[in-house]
Amino acid sequence: MRFVLRRAGFFLLTLWAAVTLNFFLPRMMPGNPAIAMMAKFRGRISGQELRTLETIFGVNSGQSLPAQYVHYLGDIATGKWGTSLFFFPSPVSQVVRTAIFWTLGLVGITTILAFVLGTGVGIVSAWRRGGLVDSFAPPLLVIASAIPYFWVGMMFILIFGVRLQWLPWSGGAAITSTPGWSLDYIVNVLEHALLPALALLITTIGTWTLTMRNNMVTTLAEDYVRMARAKGLRSSRIMLDYAARNAILPNLTGFAMSLGFIVGGAILIEYVFNYPGVGYMLLQAVENEDYPLMQALFLLITVAVLVAILLADIATAIFDPRTRSAQ
Amino acid sequence: MRFLRAVRGNGKATTGAILLAIFVVLALFPGLFAHDDPTATIYPRNLGASAAHLLGTSGLGQDTFAQAVYGTRQVLLISFGAGLLATLIAAVIGVAAAYLGGFADGALNLITDVVLVIPLFPLLIVISAYVHNSGTAVLIAVLTLTGWSYTARQLRSQALSLRNRDFLAAAKVRGERAWYVIAVEILPTMVSLLVAAFLTNALYAVLFASSLQFIGLGDPNSTSWGTMLYWAQNNEALQAGYYLQAVVPGAAIALLGAAVALLNYAVDEIGNPALRPVRSRRQRTRQLRRLGRA
Repeated sequence: MRFVLRRAGFFLLTLWAAVTLNFFLPRMMPGNPAIAMMAKFRGRISGQELRTLETIFGVNSGQSLPAQYVHYLGDIATGKWGTSLFFFPSPVSQVVRTAIFWTLGLVGITTILAFVLGTGVGIVSAWRRGGLVDSFAPPLLVIASAIPYFWVGMMFILIFGVRLQWLPWSGGAAITSTPGWSLDYIVNVLEHALLPALALLITTIGTWTLTMRNNMVTTLAEDYVRMARAKGLRSSRIMLDYAARNAILPNLTGFAMSLGFIVGGAILIEYVFNYPGVGYMLLQAVENEDYPLMQALFLLITVAVLVAILLADIATAIFDPRTRSAQ
Repeated sequence: MRFLRAVRGNGKATTGAILLAIFVVLALFPGLFAHDDPTATIYPRNLGASAAHLLGTSGLGQDTFAQAVYGTRQVLLISFGAGLLATLIAAVIGVAAAYLGGFADGALNLITDVVLVIPLFPLLIVISAYVHNSGTAVLIAVLTLTGWSYTARQLRSQALSLRNRDFLAAAKVRGERAWYVIAVEILPTMVSLLVAAFLTNALYAVLFASSLQFIGLGDPNSTSWGTMLYWAQNNEALQAGYYLQAVVPGAAIALLGAAVALLNYAVDEIGNPALRPVRSRRQRTRQLRRLGRA
């Protein structure tokens, strides 16, 4: 119980730090970006929107810094995130909701696939150490993870989109198809997701493989594995139930954490493929100086990570009793 | 010396080190390899590869080969600068936390954890959005301030395991100051960990800086690989068939990244003997025979 409380306390503290960053960053910058922007929007937006901007940047409000800060915290806590300037007059919360649907679909499924495939390759290459898979897969995947993933995406667009014309490479679905649960639309969405998903998969799989392989190399040297061999157990049983099962814990924790990075983890892939998810929205907001939307998206991404970490901590505490006493 | 020998004996490390050395030479003496001015927009636009322009020209009429060669300098500056500074900050904070213990440890640890879990790339985007056109120094500063936490955590746990060693007790009895103990007694024992941390941080700095420049948050007039990608994207180079404009800078980033990653992979193997490649029986007998002869 004390453990859970501690983690929850840390959760709140970090959340507060992120909100505070959001508050102070625009105020710390040289040549206040707000003033330039407010001048640009004056006359084009209503009094209420102007006030949202004033709260965010603390211009013309006549309040002291601490008073502004308290006001800002209150607004965030009560869900008054303001109005998007670019997607005017949609409130920020609505823009965020449509974006998150796309991101969860694309990056969510890819993250799960990368984990399963990467861990599998890791198990095989540790089991047949020095074998064919082990000689090629880990080094290749290490190199792949050093390539900027957005560039892999660009190359895919070049090869499979522009040259071979196999797959579409822009947007979440064709503009001509109507959204709905029709087969046409679903196939269309899948076609659009394939290239960005492959680009993500190739560049993220390596870390899973490497940690799994290195952990399993350690567990394979344990006495209980030797014991299992001595008992004459089937080798598939030794590999999965004895060695892999004990080696997978760090990967599982990592997986729980990476679930949190789904929301903000593929910003550049979404950018390259014009995929209408959270990351694409964030860059749109940056490009159009839509600061209310930008701040809300940053908070959303942070909260997703924090929730995942909290869950990962609790899950590890349940599955691995040793971590409880270590706290 | 031992490190050099270890690098030479490891195929991956040798490959990485040679690649990195080539990039360093390019960054130091770009004029030896490229004769065109990388910023001059004097050539016909969007040329393909030819003898006059080895890798074609950009959408603004610059020589792509010259840009790629001269761009090495900024990328290496950012990656080495941010990598070094982040590792340094991490070492001071992590080791100080472990060595001082008590309240200082609790406070430093908490700060580290908070910085660790705030998503890095979105934060970088938000900061750069406010800064507008970050140049080299700003990029190094931002990448350093956001990138030290993971290493700090690693170094703290390593330092914690050293806390009760005799040589530290001896230093304390001699009455050495805390900073002396940290800098002279503790840090030298963690050299391999520090090298690995530096390489990881340098790799992330390359990827993050290029990414920021790619989405237009760097200085669009600087000569670097990320900026080249930005202009290629702006120019719709892929769709229009000017492949070289996007392929060249990306391949350069990938090569530099691979060099650093390979070195790092090898440092892992050198630091942790259990991960070293297992020799086949034939290699082992050959080695034994060699030893017997000596």
